[in-house]
Amino acid sequence: MNNQTTTTPLNFLNHQTGLWSWLTSTDHKRIGLLYMYSIVTFFLVAAVLGLLMKIEKSAPGETIMTAQTYNALFTLHGIIMIFIVVIPGLAAVFGNIFLPIMIGAKDVAFPKLNLFSFYLFLTGAGLGLYSQFANGHSPDTGWTFYVPYSAEASSNVVIALTAAFTLGFASILTGLNFIVTIHTMRAPGMSWFRMPLFPWSLYATAWIQLLATPVVGITLLMVIAERTLHVGFFDPKLGGDPVLYQHLFWIYSHPAVYVMILPAMGVVTEIFPTFSQKPVFGYVPIALSSLAIALVGYFVWGHHMFTSGMSYESRWFFSLLTFLVAIPSAIKVFNWLSTMYGGSVDLQPPLLYAISFIFLFTIGGFTGLTLGSVATDIQVHNTDFVVAHFHYIIFGGMGFGFFAGIHYWFPKIYGKLYSIRWANIGWGILFTGFNLLYFPMFIMGIQGMPRRYFDYDPKFQLGQTISTIGAIILFTGLITMISNLIYHAYKGATAPANPWHGVTLEWQIPSPPPHENFDEIPVITRGPYVFDNPHTTK
Amino acid sequence: MSTTNHTAHSEYIDSDTGKMGMWLFLFTELFLFGGLFIVYAVMRSKYGEDFHHAATELNAFIGATNTVVLLVSSMTVAMSLTAIQKNQTGLAMGLIFITLLLAGVFMMNKYFEYGHKFELHLYPGSEVMHNLPHGEIMFFGLYFLMTGLHLFHVLVGGILLTIILLKIKSGKINQEHFLLHENGALYWHLVDLIWIFLFPLLYLIT
Amino acid sequence: MNNHDSHITSYALNFKVLLVLLILTTITILVIKLHLGAFTVAMALTLASVKTAIVLTYFMHLKFENLILRLMVGGVFLLFAIIIVITFIDYYFR
Repeated sequence: MNNQTTTTPLNFLNHQTGLWSWLTSTDHKRIGLLYMYSIVTFFLVAAVLGLLMKIEKSAPGETIMTAQTYNALFTLHGIIMIFIVVIPGLAAVFGNIFLPIMIGAKDVAFPKLNLFSFYLFLTGAGLGLYSQFANGHSPDTGWTFYVPYSAEASSNVVIALTAAFTLGFASILTGLNFIVTIHTMRAPGMSWFRMPLFPWSLYATAWIQLLATPVVGITLLMVIAERTLHVGFFDPKLGGDPVLYQHLFWIYSHPAVYVMILPAMGVVTEIFPTFSQKPVFGYVPIALSSLAIALVGYFVWGHHMFTSGMSYESRWFFSLLTFLVAIPSAIKVFNWLSTMYGGSVDLQPPLLYAISFIFLFTIGGFTGLTLGSVATDIQVHNTDFVVAHFHYIIFGGMGFGFFAGIHYWFPKIYGKLYSIRWANIGWGILFTGFNLLYFPMFIMGIQGMPRRYFDYDPKFQLGQTISTIGAIILFTGLITMISNLIYHAYKGATAPANPWHGVTLEWQIPSPPPHENFDEIPVITRGPYVFDNPHTTK
Repeated sequence: MSTTNHTAHSEYIDSDTGKMGMWLFLFTELFLFGGLFIVYAVMRSKYGEDFHHAATELNAFIGATNTVVLLVSSMTVAMSLTAIQKNQTGLAMGLIFITLLLAGVFMMNKYFEYGHKFELHLYPGSEVMHNLPHGEIMFFGLYFLMTGLHLFHVLVGGILLTIILLKIKSGKINQEHFLLHENGALYWHLVDLIWIFLFPLLYLIT
Repeated sequence: MNNHDSHITSYALNFKVLLVLLILTTITILVIKLHLGAFTVAMALTLASVKTAIVLTYFMHLKFENLILRLMVGGVFLLFAIIIVITFIDYYFR
C-alpha cells in the first residue's frame, strides 16, 4: 500500500502486498482497516442521502423529490447509518485495530472468525443495498420495521430484514471474539484493573452485542414468517400483537444505542489523559460505569413505547430506569472533566473532538431525559425533537467519538502526520454545521413538526432553512476533514512512534505497528495511565 | 487468569479459549429461542383456552418419545467424550454413531408428525388454519416456528457430529486434542436443553 | 495447548444422570395428566428448569469448569428471566 523504502522496517501495512493479501488477511489491524474503508464509504453514501432529504425540506411542498422517494430515502439512510455504520463502527474499526494491542496480545482470540464476520458484514451490507434496487419498491418502513406496516408494505422488506439479520450476526461474532480475547489474552501482569479503559468499554459493548442481537434476529425472522407464511404473530387482524413486536425490537435496539455510544466513551477516555498528561480521574468508576450502563441499558427498552399503548405501570417502570442510566453516564462526564482539571492541556484535534463529544453528548443526554419522562415524551414523541435528540447522541456522540479516535490514532495506524491546521478548520466547519443542522429541530419538534414528513407547515420555514444551510455546512466540514486525512495518509510527514506522549501499550510500539504487534509480549507491572514526565500533576 | 498462550496462529486453539467461545455462542442461541419463548408466554397468557385446545391436536406420545430419544443421545455424546479422554477411540466413534442414529430417529418422528399436520391441512397459510380461532392460529404458528428452528439445530448438530466422527477416525481428534469434540457435545446438549422446554410447553399444555 | 487438565466424567455418572432425567420426564408427564390447575404450568416449568440445571452441571461439565464460566451461565439465565418479568410488567397490568 505505502511506498516502501529500504529504510522503513516492515509493518502490518507492507509486510505483504497486493489486494488479495488484504482480503484474506486474518491480521486484526488489517481487518479493522477493511471495516473502516467499508464503513466510511457507506457513511458518505448515507450522509448524501441525509443531505438530499434536507434539501427537499429547504422549502415547503415538493422541491426535489416525491413523498414516496423521501420515505425510501429516510429508510435507507436509517438502515445504513444504524446497522452498517454506527452499530459496528467503533468496535469493529478501532476495537479490531487496538484492542489486542492495548491488552498486549498479538491478535484476537479467533482471527479466522474475525475475518469471517467481516465478510458476513459485507454480505449484509450488500443485501441492504440490493433491497433498494431489486424489483419492487425500495423499503419505506423506516429503519424500525414496525408492524403491521412492515408486514403489509409491498416493498422489499424481506430482503432488508435479511440484511439486518446478517449484519446482526456479524456483530454477534465480533462481540464473542472480543469477550474471549479480553478474558484469555491479556498480557502477563495485566489484571482487569490494569486494563486501559477503551478495552473496558469494548468488553461491556461486546456483552450487549452478544446477548441483545439474537433477540432482534429472531424477531426479524418472525416478521419474515409473517410476510411469507401469514402466521400473524404481530398482525392484529390475525390476533397478533403489534406492541409485542415493539417490545422485541427495542429489547435489542435500545441496548444497541449503548453498542454505539460505549466504545465512543471509551475512545474519549483514552484521549483526555493523553492530552492532559495526567492519569484519568476515577479509573475504577469509569470502568464499572461502562458495565453499569450496559446492564441498566438492557432494561429500559420500553421508553420507546410510551405512546404505543403500554400499561401505566410499565411506563412508570421504564421511565424510572431510564433516569437511572443517566447516573453512570454523568459519572463519566464528570470524570473526563476532572481528568483535564489541573493537567497540562494540549488542545490538539483529537482533544477538540473529544471536548465537542462531551458538549454534544450532554445536550443529547439532557434531551434524552425529556423523552424519558412520560409526560413530556407524549408531547414530543414522533416529532423532530426525537430526531434531533438521537442525532446529538449518535452523530454527536458516536460520530464525534469516531472522529476523535481517527485523529488520535491516525499517526499510529499509518505512521504519517496529518495537517493539524486543516484538522482544526475541518472541526470548526463540522461543529458549526452540526449545531445549525440539528438544534433548530429541537425547537421545531416542540412546536409540533412531525418526523418523517417530506412536507411542512410554512410556519417552520425559518427553522427548516437554517437546518438545510447547516446540513450543507456540515457536509463541507466532513469533506474537509476526510480529504485532510486521505491526503496525508499518502503524503504526510513521517510520524514518530508516540507523537502525543501517550502511555498505553499502542504507543510503545513502532508506527505503523509491526505484523504481530509485539516482538516480545510485554509484562505489565502497573496501571495503564501512569505518566512519568516532570510536569505531571497528581 | 490464563496467559499461557499468545500464539493466535498455532494449529490448535487453546482449550479454555475455544470452550469459552462456544459457551458464548450458546448464549446467543439461548436468546434466539428466548425471543420465541417471550412471544409464546405473551400469546399464551392472552389465549390460554385456544392454546389448550390446539395442543390436544399434537401427539404427546411422539413428543415424549422424542424427549427420551434426545435425552439418551445427550448421554451417548457425553459418554463419547469420556471415551476419547480415556483414549478408547473405537468406543468414542461407536457412541457418536449411536447419537447420530438417535438424531435420525428424532427427525423421522418429526417427519411423521409434520406429515400428519399437513394431511389435516394444519400448516401456516392453509385454508383450514385460516378459519381457526386466533389463539389456535398463533399456537400452530409458534409450534411450527419453534420446532422448525429446533429441527434445524438438530440437523446442524448432526452435521457437526459427523465431522467429529470423521476427525476421530483420521486421528485429528484424539486424547490430546478434543476441543472440537467438546464443543460439538456442548452444542448437542443445547439442542437437548431447548427440547426440554419445548416438550412441556407445546405438547403437555392443559 | 492440549486438554490434559480436563475433568473426565465417568460412564457410570453419565448413566445415572440419564436415569434421573428420565424419571423427571416421567414426573412431568404425570403431573400434567393429574390436572393440578394453575400449578400445572409452574410445576412443568420448574421440572424443566431442574432438568436444565442437571444437563448443564453434568453433561455440559459446568460443575468442573472455572468460576468465570459458571458465573456467565448463571448471569445469562438471570438476565433472560428479568427480561421476561419486565415484559410482563406491561402485559400483566394491561
